[in-house]
Amino acid sequence: MSKFKKKKGGDLPAISTASLPDIVFMLLFFFMVATVMRDSTLMIQNSLPAADQIQKLDKKDRVMYIYAGKPSSRYADKYGTQARIQLNDKFADVGDVAAFVLAERASKRQELQNVLTTALKVDGETNMGLITDIKQELRKVNALKINYTTRVGEYTQNIN
Amino acid sequence: MAKRAAPEVNAGSMADIAFLLLIFFLVTTTIETDSGINRKLPPTDEVVDPPIIKERNIFTVVVNKDNRLLVEEDIMELSELRQAAIAFLDNGGGTGEEACDYCQGKRDSSSSDNPEKAIISLKNDRETSYKVYIAVQNELVAAYNDLRDREFARLNPLAGLSYREAQNRYSDPRTSASDKAKLKPKLDEVKAMYPQKLSEAEPSKTN
Repeated sequence: MSKFKKKKGGDLPAISTASLPDIVFMLLFFFMVATVMRDSTLMIQNSLPAADQIQKLDKKDRVMYIYAGKPSSRYADKYGTQARIQLNDKFADVGDVAAFVLAERASKRQELQNVLTTALKVDGETNMGLITDIKQELRKVNALKINYTTRVGEYTQNIN
Repeated sequence: MAKRAAPEVNAGSMADIAFLLLIFFLVTTTIETDSGINRKLPPTDEVVDPPIIKERNIFTVVVNKDNRLLVEEDIMELSELRQAAIAFLDNGGGTGEEACDYCQGKRDSSSSDNPEKAIISLKNDRETSYKVYIAVQNELVAAYNDLRDREFARLNPLAGLSYREAQNRYSDPRTSASDKAKLKPKLDEVKAMYPQKLSEAEPSKTN
């Protein structure tokens, strides 16, 4: 009798979960490393134009970003379909650019305040009028180094 | 035959595998960096007496509201712009003190004297689309870069890299300081031969 009972007792052993934390940590670290932190959520369409004569924009601590483009579909009924400027997390007018630059400049370390670059991340479909206005504002506050941020590609992709 | 309990798998080495993978990804992933065309805006102060520039030393590029190009009073396709700009910059039509001994252009007396005098003037309409504007900027910068590439290769035949590559290496933060010090005079020399004089028209005040 006891022989038969022993057979029934042979359950599958529980799978060891000792390595699960390792796997989880591995994934965690991977995503921590691979994700790019975005300072602000984009409220505009932002498909950058293509260019190939470009220079890298290293040293993120000395760059400030100005976004512009048409409001994305979520905001279109509230803000219309005309191209707008986005500074940090808010829509802004051309008049706010100067104040934004001064605030950004004041928030940086002293030695970086004179070497700041303004990166213009502007949607390809925007009219130049808005960009000209931004550039005039930047000149007023002496933020003269700018970078037209683009993606890498042939210039022919810009013409259709 | 009695069924035996399956032996427990040894999980001790799992951590090693995890760390191996972690280190692999740490090494191989690069955090995406932005790139684009760098420009410098002119300061706002009014120039008291602007220098007189000869008409032949200015290369005018106008982009209208329909995104079409007018170069030196002629309609032009974007694909021809780079060659036209190179021909203008590299013309070297000056004589005497203004002669350009490294230029390989046609030495046309109705085009630019030398690359130091040559100015490209870009004007756009308020309704020009930004993509086309960037495409035009890209082609004009490409014209300068092509010429600089050529001179860099001529002056540094043993360098084994082009001006563009040398410039990228110079601005790369991983390049050692001694390499940078070696590259800088070479880059500056070529930059001085073809200085980037790209002027943008002041926006007209009446509109």
